[in-house]
Amino acid sequence: MNILSPLIDHFNYFIIIFLMVSGLYVVVARGNMVKKLVGLMLFQTSVYLLYLSPGKILGGTPPIIDENFQIYSNPLPHVLILTAIVVGVATVALGLALVLRINEEYGTIEEDEIFAAEDEDK
Amino acid sequence: MISSNLPALQVVLPLLGAVLTALVRRGQIAWFIALVVSWTMPMIAFALLKQVLAEGVVSYALGGWAPPLGIEYRVDLVSAYILILVSLMGALVVSYAPRSVASEIAPERQAWFYTMYLLCMCGLLGIAITGDAFNAFVFLEVSSLSTYVLIALGRDRRAILSAYQYLIVGTIGATFYVLGVGLLYVMTGSLNLADIAGRIGDIDNIRPLLAALAFITVGISLKVALFPVHLWLPNAYAFAPSVVTAFLASTATKVAIYLLLRYLFSIFGVVFVFRDLPVTEILITLSVAAMIIASVVAVFQANVKRMLAYSSVAQIGYITLGIALATQTGLTGGIVHIFNHAVMKAALFMAIGCVVFRTGAVKIEDIAGIGRHMPLTMGAFVIAGLALIGVPGTVGFVSKYYLVAAALEKGWWWLAAIIVISSLIAVVYVGRVIEVAWFRDPGAAIRAAREPPLEMLVFTWILTAAIVVLGFDTELTAGIAGRAAEVLLTGMK
Repeated sequence: MNILSPLIDHFNYFIIIFLMVSGLYVVVARGNMVKKLVGLMLFQTSVYLLYLSPGKILGGTPPIIDENFQIYSNPLPHVLILTAIVVGVATVALGLALVLRINEEYGTIEEDEIFAAEDEDK
Repeated sequence: MISSNLPALQVVLPLLGAVLTALVRRGQIAWFIALVVSWTMPMIAFALLKQVLAEGVVSYALGGWAPPLGIEYRVDLVSAYILILVSLMGALVVSYAPRSVASEIAPERQAWFYTMYLLCMCGLLGIAITGDAFNAFVFLEVSSLSTYVLIALGRDRRAILSAYQYLIVGTIGATFYVLGVGLLYVMTGSLNLADIAGRIGDIDNIRPLLAALAFITVGISLKVALFPVHLWLPNAYAFAPSVVTAFLASTATKVAIYLLLRYLFSIFGVVFVFRDLPVTEILITLSVAAMIIASVVAVFQANVKRMLAYSSVAQIGYITLGIALATQTGLTGGIVHIFNHAVMKAALFMAIGCVVFRTGAVKIEDIAGIGRHMPLTMGAFVIAGLALIGVPGTVGFVSKYYLVAAALEKGWWWLAAIIVISSLIAVVYVGRVIEVAWFRDPGAAIRAAREPPLEMLVFTWILTAAIVVLGFDTELTAGIAGRAAEVLLTGMK
């Protein structure tokens, strides 16, 4: 039980680390450009959780002053992450647009095939 | 009214300009808007520098919300220095730009080009001026996203490919940065940089701080193009439109270095980073590797823009070397080289932009003998190239003088020797272009080449003149750099 308790106490961080590492792995290991972007999104999502989970206190309410509630959660991380999500969406949209253009120019979105095509050009 | 809102105007004007250029949709008018905004920026930056010199740090509460709760725009000597650099380079590049842009970018995309350029400008100035960690992330992404688009506008299809690769690397870098900021926020409960700097000393459990430092340093290093993570840079510079390369080479990496300086010195502090941790050793190793390896790779490039891009990686090595030494002289050398390298690389890329405009050639073998037909353009290239090597009388010498002096102060003769060796390799790669351009017989395509249009030539030569003038009169650059180094070494209190 003692071995497990730090795991259970910090389970949110383990989820974050798992998402982060698997996202980065997909970015590095996949040659398909759309899959790379999916990995990138996964990686970014882990950071959203990293901000959000410490801001929440169990039993806490939104910080509206009321004599019935004494414990408040921190609302700032939500606002920050709302911005980060917008940035993330913009990044992925731009990434997908670039992949579209790459597909038009090269006829493929597999990295190794594109590099092979480039080597032939030289 | 205006003078008290200068920090906000520095960022808001390019943002408004970007919206306007997007609305007009006409290349010529968009250029004019960009020109007006771009020349207003250095005026604001100089006014801010004047305020900083007279009254000390300028703090501006955005929207009237007092820091540390609200977002603070904070201008000290270091940020004023970077603001001037970025805005001045932007103004010069955009004045040079119109015909080069018209020749390299499709007419229906020219207005969008200026939109993206202004957004990028807004992001870069924002990073330099903000005093808020998360706000810096947002500006980082504003500048990065517009940079990806600017690179993708290149004529070659490989431009899109390099934009995509930069997007992946850049996003990982920015996400690492925001991860580090998240850890700092959890530990200190603040996002205001000065506030974090004040609270960071009270933290007993330093393990999250180490993680934050690691994430932030690696994240920004990706943007700086520090040696092992520089691979996005050569392709991006080589295939982007000439104007974009000149702008990015002189501003984007420099602003990232500013952010790195901010975190290493002002937030985490010299003692924590450089005395308790082996950052000096790591950073010197990477810098030396960049100076030698990237220079050697530059020697073997066939494409002039790619060669200059590898040389940029090497030159960034000099800057980080100065940072790694973390002494007054070393840091002065690093900071002054931020400015000096920006000036000479902009001049080089502008000169090459003129060559591309007239001949379309970027391969070294294709520009054989061009010096005889475009003597003024290639003359600028030669002077800027000499500055890259570090010949006395140019700005390159000033930076290297400080760096060598800093190495000798520490008694590190080998480091001074490495700086000299790296300069000798620069002689080889600059010399190769000069030899081909001036001493070979021109081909048919080159024989038809003439000097570029007046404004392109004039702005290339303004920068070239600055290389020589600032090489003799070091008061403006090295003087301010020295005081900026003092500000950084004393911390943000």
